[in-house]
Amino acid sequence: MSRFVLILRLAARDFRRRRGEAAMLLVVIAAATTALTLGLVLRGVTTQPYEQTRQLTAGPDAVATAFPYHSGLPSNPTGLAKVSPIAQAPDVRASSGPFPVAFPVMTAHGHTDAVLAEGRSSSAALVDQPKLTQGSWVRPGGVVVERSFADALGIHVGDQVILNGRKFHVAGIAVTAALPTSGLGFLEASSRWPNPGLVWLSKAAARSMATRAQPLGYILDVKLAQPAEAESFANRYTASGNYRNNTGTPYVMPWQAISQQDGLLMRTDQKILLIGSWLLGLLAVGSLAILVGGRMAEQRRRVGLLKAVGATPSFVASVLLAEYLGIALAAAALGLFLGRLVAPLLTSPSTAMLGTAGAPQFTVETAAIVLLAAVIVAGLATVVPALRAARTSTVDALADSSSPPKRRSWLVTRSARLPVSMLLAVRVGARRPRRVLLNVLSIAVTVSGIAALLFARATIAASQFGSDTSGSANFNQFDVGFVSKTAREDQVLLIVSILLVALAAVNAVFITRATVQDSQHTSAIMRALGVEPGQLTAGLSVAQVLPAFAGALIGIPGGFALFTLANQGGGASQPPAWWLIAVVAATVIVIAGLTSIPASWGARRPVAEILQAEAS
Amino acid sequence: MTAIDTELAIRARDLRKEYGSAEGLVRAVNGVNIDIARGEALAIMGPSGCGKSTLLHLLGGLDRASGGELWMRDLRLDQMNEKQLAQLRRSEIGFVFQAFHLMDELTARENVELPVLLAGRPQSEARRRATELLGEVGLSDRADHLPSALSGGQRQRVAIARALANEPIVVLADEPTGNLDSAATLDVLELFQRIHTAGQTLVIVTHDERIAATADRLITMRDGAFVDETVLRGGTVGPLGAYLGLEG
Repeated sequence: MSRFVLILRLAARDFRRRRGEAAMLLVVIAAATTALTLGLVLRGVTTQPYEQTRQLTAGPDAVATAFPYHSGLPSNPTGLAKVSPIAQAPDVRASSGPFPVAFPVMTAHGHTDAVLAEGRSSSAALVDQPKLTQGSWVRPGGVVVERSFADALGIHVGDQVILNGRKFHVAGIAVTAALPTSGLGFLEASSRWPNPGLVWLSKAAARSMATRAQPLGYILDVKLAQPAEAESFANRYTASGNYRNNTGTPYVMPWQAISQQDGLLMRTDQKILLIGSWLLGLLAVGSLAILVGGRMAEQRRRVGLLKAVGATPSFVASVLLAEYLGIALAAAALGLFLGRLVAPLLTSPSTAMLGTAGAPQFTVETAAIVLLAAVIVAGLATVVPALRAARTSTVDALADSSSPPKRRSWLVTRSARLPVSMLLAVRVGARRPRRVLLNVLSIAVTVSGIAALLFARATIAASQFGSDTSGSANFNQFDVGFVSKTAREDQVLLIVSILLVALAAVNAVFITRATVQDSQHTSAIMRALGVEPGQLTAGLSVAQVLPAFAGALIGIPGGFALFTLANQGGGASQPPAWWLIAVVAATVIVIAGLTSIPASWGARRPVAEILQAEAS
Repeated sequence: MTAIDTELAIRARDLRKEYGSAEGLVRAVNGVNIDIARGEALAIMGPSGCGKSTLLHLLGGLDRASGGELWMRDLRLDQMNEKQLAQLRRSEIGFVFQAFHLMDELTARENVELPVLLAGRPQSEARRRATELLGEVGLSDRADHLPSALSGGQRQRVAIARALANEPIVVLADEPTGNLDSAATLDVLELFQRIHTAGQTLVIVTHDERIAATADRLITMRDGAFVDETVLRGGTVGPLGAYLGLEG
């Protein structure tokens, strides 16, 4: 039999013998590779839907607006005079408009919202002709509603809407690339949010809604000879030389700014996933450390046996590598599959845009990076046991003596005053301080992630409504845009949170299992000395809960720091205190529940059997 | 030798422990009947695998019988749940194992204190009791040493002190000299004699005839059952005494 076949056979045998552990390794590495896949898939997907929509709607290179700030003549001739000349600028290749814009209040399906009602003719515009996704274009008595706004309000073709008290039927649903419509609020009469829900209606209807208190505004869409120079073009129409600081009239917005605002949503998603990927990676490393550490202890005797029959350290390393490589590659494949499955949920553009962003991002490069990461994990998991195998004498390895527990005199003395379960918990923890540290770190990482997500949520909410909302959802009747946006972000937060919590739960179970295995001799002695199974279960469980509590406490400021770092100094709003308290409490409760299962199993193993095995 | 108290410490009737089923059925303990009086020292001998350690584990509530009845004084062990058995082990039974089974990270004193603490008694009382017992087993000067710094005989004396910490009804010893050299065995043997003389009930599973010779009674087991019972008079009469050349 060739050496290669022998290595594969030995690896396969060990794999079959320890299916449970192999499955757990698979889950851990798959979670990490799923996160990695998602992170890779989301790179550079922000602009694609906008570009597709721009092409399909003859989207403008720049949009000039003149919106009234004061009352005046309903027709607002001053505003019209300010935007009209832009159509004649030397760089302008084509234009549409200026279109009259009214600012009525719309009522539909029980919602009342400020809308921007753009007057259009029934013929198609040369620049910015919204693309109908349902129904037909504007006609007398009929309005066309922008798709993301319609989705948020649940408006369909044929529905009836009321604009400033006048009834219209919905003729169509359409998308546009001329205004940033996704991810912004629809607050009534709020000067902070210049992008309310958008509807198109006839020019006559738009003009009829203008009053002295709320005169008409105007929109001019232009195509430029040099579309890439749209920002320079926009800068020319402001005294400061930077369109971003323009507070006057006309306001010229280049297509890059619209694209950037439409991509805000995706960028927030990316930020959340970026944080999530870091944390998942850290947790996966922690899980691997526990699992591989546990396996190393178990494999010590196996290494001794292999060496006793003449295997060299490199042969032993090859067997371990083959085993871990098989698991890691299977996990990578699973991670790619799950990433591909979940990514479209995160990368699909908002309904304001056309086209899809997710699918094209699955490339050979993505697969290669994920597989490479899995190979590195397998390599790392092999190196330490391989080095140990090389260093350990065959006789010692066969003796299978585990490393002696640590002694902490002050803890032994202090714990003597504690109730039995706490005494056991403290002493079990004191025996393996590195494992306790790993437990603290694992929980701290998880809670940091969850806390960071809560800070992100609160910051997003505050940026929508101002700091006076304290991060609580201010879902009043005017905020459908916000609801629409945060629903997607909540989806991303939920996915990342589920992955984090799942991996942390797996870690907690691994650590408890490792502790139970490691302390089975101690537990058996304790039971021989009269400790009740319930006391032992509680002790082993509390031994995990105490570090979990410490980790949760560390995780809250950790989450704040993490979010601040990821937000690149953009500041953070504090979520309600009860959210954070609930996270700490839930962590402790979940860990207590999860660890009680292996702890209970360990506490009920037959004492005589263990003590006999130790004696033999 | 102390007069045997007529009050029973342990009574077993038709005690059985079986593993497996049908063709693979193993009767580790097969219908054992036994009465152990308070203050009696009983030795159980037999070849490896005859069921003597399993019997000891049943008597100590470490393992559950497949059938039969088992009492400790007036308490019915075979009808107790795990919690009740644990409470019984804590207060009424002391174990001494061949492999000592001391806690490696605790000093000799802390190991002896442990059962007292587990019984919910104050640390001061545990400390006083441990100091007293370590004195009795001749290890006062080694009280603050870890097990790894003690010899085999010293470790076993610590284990015996630990077994006595809660003043149990009975001390059960499983091959207590199995891992010891001759000098250490002699130390432990003398210690058991002292304990026995003080009136402690002892059940000792052993291969060592010298330990058995100190008992009041010797039971020989084979295939899970008792095959011989010898009443010893100070270890100088009966077949064992003859074998050891002690008789007469």
